[in-house]
Amino acid sequence: MLAKRIIPCLDVRDGRTVKGVNFVNLRDAGDAVELAQLYSRSGADELTFLDITATVENRSTFSSLVRRIADHIGIPFTVGGGIRTTADVGVLLDSGADKISINSQVVANPSVIDTLSLQYGSQCVVCAIDARRNSAFDTPTQEGWEVYVHGGRTPTGLEVVSWAKEAYNRGCGEILLTSMEHDGVKQGFALDLTRRVGEAVGIPVIASGGAGKMEHFVDVFTQAKADAALAASIFHFHEIDIPELKIFLSQHGITMRNRQ
Amino acid sequence: MKIAVVKYNAGNIRSVLCALKRLGYDATVTDDFAELASADRVIFPGVGEASTAMAYLKERGLDAFLKTLKQPFLGICLGMQLMCSFSEEHDTSCLGIFDVPVKKFVPTCGEKIPHMGWNTLQVEEDPLYTGLQDPVWCYFVHSYYVPVCSETIAKTEYAHIEFSASLRHDNFWGCQFHPEKSGDLGELILKNFLEAL
Repeated sequence: MLAKRIIPCLDVRDGRTVKGVNFVNLRDAGDAVELAQLYSRSGADELTFLDITATVENRSTFSSLVRRIADHIGIPFTVGGGIRTTADVGVLLDSGADKISINSQVVANPSVIDTLSLQYGSQCVVCAIDARRNSAFDTPTQEGWEVYVHGGRTPTGLEVVSWAKEAYNRGCGEILLTSMEHDGVKQGFALDLTRRVGEAVGIPVIASGGAGKMEHFVDVFTQAKADAALAASIFHFHEIDIPELKIFLSQHGITMRNRQ
Repeated sequence: MKIAVVKYNAGNIRSVLCALKRLGYDATVTDDFAELASADRVIFPGVGEASTAMAYLKERGLDAFLKTLKQPFLGICLGMQLMCSFSEEHDTSCLGIFDVPVKKFVPTCGEKIPHMGWNTLQVEEDPLYTGLQDPVWCYFVHSYYVPVCSETIAKTEYAHIEFSASLRHDNFWGCQFHPEKSGDLGELILKNFLEAL
């Protein structure tokens, strides 16, 4: 049985992780590679690294970090943040990234998805969608959600489910769906929206935003049928540890890869 | 030990080199016949599309040459599929080392394609899988699959289809999954390929 995936997300600035992580037994809590190794050892199924500075000057710092991650980590990882050109993508994939996550740029120019999936294969193109509630998109039976870009600051006028469908039709291989309403609130994932996006596309959906306790992961895998769940601070701050989470989810009948 | 990685137009060769490095081995990426022939091990990795890859191999005569190699040879993912007789991916005629065609996954009840993520292997006795204990979780990313056949040495199930996770014919092995991305277990499989054959 294919396992549901647990994905810790690391924010990186100048090659180092930010958002105060409080891991013990680390020589340097800010070193992205060391943190990644720790997560890999604790049973994370994949890792995501987001370059939050994402300025042109920092591209080379980020790609050299990607090379170091690939040297040391034996599980798949996705990188994102500030990707502007197909050349950026080429550099990151050549540096050893398995997938790249794209967001603002593809909303402005959706044909980038077609180009990237043809050139590098759908499997490495992750379309990140930041979603916010907007009642203007409500239907008589469903809540409406709008796609936002630039870290959730700029509305785009696009409805989330139809945008996800378009990204899928253009050849992206995975959807990373973040509810800006739920992000950081720790009250659970956006279940209804995640389920609707999953039903609209024939590719895996990674749910992000809102994880606060282990039950939230049960809900997102069973009710919302997500293929993977991504979280940051609850893992960084040890509010939930991955080995316990995986045991808990297995006990709830969810297929998990348990590390030997 | 001399390890050669076949150089062709497929992606993600660096991941294989990194995994070998973690095991303490260096490898040469080459399409030179003499270098390939003199290597102790040959690895044929690959992420990409079958017809483009076969066209490249044919252009350089690698299609006929690779079949003649005598040392342990390991095809990974697309590499394994190219070692089969034929692929439904753009109806491509392949190397024919494994006497089995490659088929496309067709979702029967809403399964997501590609088959992407961690799945378990049902492993038969083979030196490549020495020392592994159940459950053997490995990382897969593929939209085409090889049906179970007489050369199957490990099976996996997805979308209600049981398929070949691994094949063997004499000195030729294939893995549909990515050992270089399958954590400690994957590294053990690569180590077996280098040390247990």
